[in-house]
Amino acid sequence: MSIKETTEFRKQVVEDVLEVYPEKARKNRRQHIAVKDEGCASCAVKSNSKTVPGLMTARGCAYAGAKGVVWGPVKDVVHISHGPVGCGYYSWGNRRNLADGEIGVDNFVPFLFTSDFQESDIIYGGDKKLETIIQEAVDLFPNANGVSILSECPVGLIGDDIESVSRRMSEKLNLPVIPVRCEGFRGISQSLGHHIANDAIRDHLLGKGPAREVGKYDIGIIGDYNIGGDAWASKKILEEMGLNVVNIWTGDSTLEMLQNGHLVKLNLIHCYRSMNYIARHMEDTYGTPWMEFNFFGPTKIRESILKIAAQFDDYIMEKAQQVLAKYEPQMQKVIETYRPQLEGKSVMLYVGGLRPRHIVGAYEDLGMEVTGTGYEFAHSEDYEKTLPALKEGTLIYDDVTAFELEEFVMKLKPDLVGSGIKEKYVFEKMGLPFRQMHSWDYSGPYHGYEGFPIFARDMDMAINSPTWKSIKAPWAK
Amino acid sequence: MEACTKATKSWLNSVEYREKNFAREKLVINPAKACQPLGALLCALGIEGCLPFTHGSQGCTAYFRSTLSRHFREPVAAVSDSMTEDSAVFGGQGNMIEGLKNAYTVYKPNVIAVFTSCMAEVIGDDIKSYLGNAKDQGAIPQELPVALANTPSFKGSHITGYDTMLKGLIECLAKPRQEETINDRLYVVPGFDTYPANLREYKRLLKTMDAPYTLLPDSSDVVDTPNLGTYELYPGGTPISEMNEALNAAGFLCLQTYTTPTTSKYLAGLGVPVETLAMPMGIAGTDKFIESVAKFTGKEVPEEITNERGRAIDAMTDAHQYIHGKRFALFGDPDILIGLVSFLLEMGGMPVHIVCTNSTPLFKKAMEKLLASSPYGKEATLYAGKDLWHLRSLLVTEPVDMLIGDAHGKYAARDANIPLVRIGFPITDRVNLHRYPIVGYSGVINMITMIANTFLEEKDRASTDTYFELMR
Repeated sequence: MSIKETTEFRKQVVEDVLEVYPEKARKNRRQHIAVKDEGCASCAVKSNSKTVPGLMTARGCAYAGAKGVVWGPVKDVVHISHGPVGCGYYSWGNRRNLADGEIGVDNFVPFLFTSDFQESDIIYGGDKKLETIIQEAVDLFPNANGVSILSECPVGLIGDDIESVSRRMSEKLNLPVIPVRCEGFRGISQSLGHHIANDAIRDHLLGKGPAREVGKYDIGIIGDYNIGGDAWASKKILEEMGLNVVNIWTGDSTLEMLQNGHLVKLNLIHCYRSMNYIARHMEDTYGTPWMEFNFFGPTKIRESILKIAAQFDDYIMEKAQQVLAKYEPQMQKVIETYRPQLEGKSVMLYVGGLRPRHIVGAYEDLGMEVTGTGYEFAHSEDYEKTLPALKEGTLIYDDVTAFELEEFVMKLKPDLVGSGIKEKYVFEKMGLPFRQMHSWDYSGPYHGYEGFPIFARDMDMAINSPTWKSIKAPWAK
Repeated sequence: MEACTKATKSWLNSVEYREKNFAREKLVINPAKACQPLGALLCALGIEGCLPFTHGSQGCTAYFRSTLSRHFREPVAAVSDSMTEDSAVFGGQGNMIEGLKNAYTVYKPNVIAVFTSCMAEVIGDDIKSYLGNAKDQGAIPQELPVALANTPSFKGSHITGYDTMLKGLIECLAKPRQEETINDRLYVVPGFDTYPANLREYKRLLKTMDAPYTLLPDSSDVVDTPNLGTYELYPGGTPISEMNEALNAAGFLCLQTYTTPTTSKYLAGLGVPVETLAMPMGIAGTDKFIESVAKFTGKEVPEEITNERGRAIDAMTDAHQYIHGKRFALFGDPDILIGLVSFLLEMGGMPVHIVCTNSTPLFKKAMEKLLASSPYGKEATLYAGKDLWHLRSLLVTEPVDMLIGDAHGKYAARDANIPLVRIGFPITDRVNLHRYPIVGYSGVINMITMIANTFLEEKDRASTDTYFELMR
């Protein structure tokens, strides 16, 4: 098929799939799906709007965005999931935010702290209980440098005043106690939760830390949650370039890093979606510049290294060139190893944050093509940033329903699907290779030069695993 | 800094810290319980062609699906009506009606199982009247069965939600009980059981004993689907026709005492004969199940089963020396704990710390009675309503040889430098354990395999050259 034919075919696939929906749902969903055509005449997709009720969405809630994504990885803070037991339970220990430190001493990431609301708390309110809980947390974990209160749905509905409790307890304990109003019913996805979490950092921590001299090569990484050690892999490159990574938000981070995020020469932002708010705020208020970068795959890493080095002096540029000279031959070897088995293979993605666009280059480094991509909770600017990275004919879907994604995959027949845990086994039952691209399928890191060989190995392992060959029984018709 | 860190770690392991830890009144740290709608969802998956539907925030559904998928390594289909802030003000009727319409049109279920999450419960949504309105407005057909369950997360735990949903499904699908339509079937309720192999084991035993039965609900084919190269949205479950006849059952046999009290009471109230047993784990537990089924069928227990029992006993005597006198800590749901303790006592193993976050007074009484029935139970204490951070204090101050519980126990076990044998839910860090039954006589063999071999692995790994031997 020519590119034009492919584009037309895929547009027809979209129409066929939408046909199943009742009219209102169809009208809504049509606006969220597009095929990139020549000149991008009709490739804009609607995003960041309400999920259609009753259609199987992968989306989560504001609590998931605030606690699960942004706050959860901050290691020296006790994060209290405030409300009934479930939300905290389901977000306990499953985002793979690695943190250096002793568990229970100065690292509280693998914990679930919950106020375990009972009916009486709904009736009489949970503020008094919360006060006791904060006190008990501090007594049992004296090395905690702060306490965050992540509200679950009931807290906002019964009119609890967690802000007052936090203020009171913060004064009493002389410790930051941060209320985060991330009830799950706020907004339409995880996205508002990210924003709320950013605002809580801005209002309660930023600029309130111990003063610090800003060295001329001091930088911060924003929006890297250290999944499987990603942030460490990125940091390694930056430090070899002669830069000094003083903060990471929020993978393996500390409360002090959140307080001093603005005290750097430059903030580098990886997951734009979840943390652009605070990066903009630091620029507006403190004049701290920020820029996006992409450390997936050697091509994008090269572009990013040069772009970052250009913000500094000749010394850094020289070091940057040395980093490229040192690692690119190693990456070339990785490509020589895996590209022959992966050349021409296609992949469809459906992920969150930054990955539906950021990992495209890494696949291309391996000779693979992205034929479909989409975000769970993106805004229009994410799609604007994504389109240039995509080839003509690429299918783009926002908040895709399980039904749509299954149909699209069956029609486009990719060699690999990259999405989340809820999608994984659906496609594997279809006999399709799959990798979880939120958690790296319990592998990783995928960032940086440390990550690319692992990424390449994992994609090869998924696509070329001999297990797929046994699916069909010899006697099956 | 280094010295300070070290001091605190040893403080965490001290008796002083344990006292402080046990003195806390409100803060819950690492609880071994989830919330009601998770159980409701698992229950609903066990009915053929049933689509689980959360009335509430969509984040809840994403969490339930992820949690179940991580454990089973299987797809878990469920929808939500995605209530948002405006629903908090105006109520969730609009979402529920639109959600039902879309879900019905796209997923074509036999039945929809609606259960609530916090938001709907706090604002007091009336799902029964919403459902009536949905049908009156033509959003879904009048005849489409829709089961309802109010499952607030601030009451009970996942097992409560299972119970409430089960009752809702029977209410929705079963025809009234009438003398002349009573059937010959034994309806067997497994309870909140995350081992599809357990459900298959029940079915195998019932078949071997020639009992006409219906497993209700039966998620075994839903959360343990074969890879045949296609994805099925509704791969199995209790057939609707058998659901329709549930109230006309010759009898109900509930295999988890503390999971389905509401359903049992409801059934008994309608005149359905109901028997409730402890989860059939260990020899005595399984014997009771077999006897009860034999009593129902009126037939002799087949020799095949007697031999199977004999093989389990043989495995016990073969391996008793590796388990006898060993000290155990356990945590989990009430029913699985009764089963595990009863099995350990039969082996001469000594339960020492038993933590049950979602304990009830009746369970406490039963557990204490069970422990008192054996000399091997005399050192045990049940910690009702406690969590895994309490458990950690127990393990580091009063050491035991092994911890048994779900994957969350790995942190406490590591701190106490003892092995964790994974039995329970969820198991997210080992493969295939849910494919091996822990109930029935084969469950006895499987548990011995896991426990004894783990001890032996530990022994081999810890042995110096001098004591590294071929035979164990």
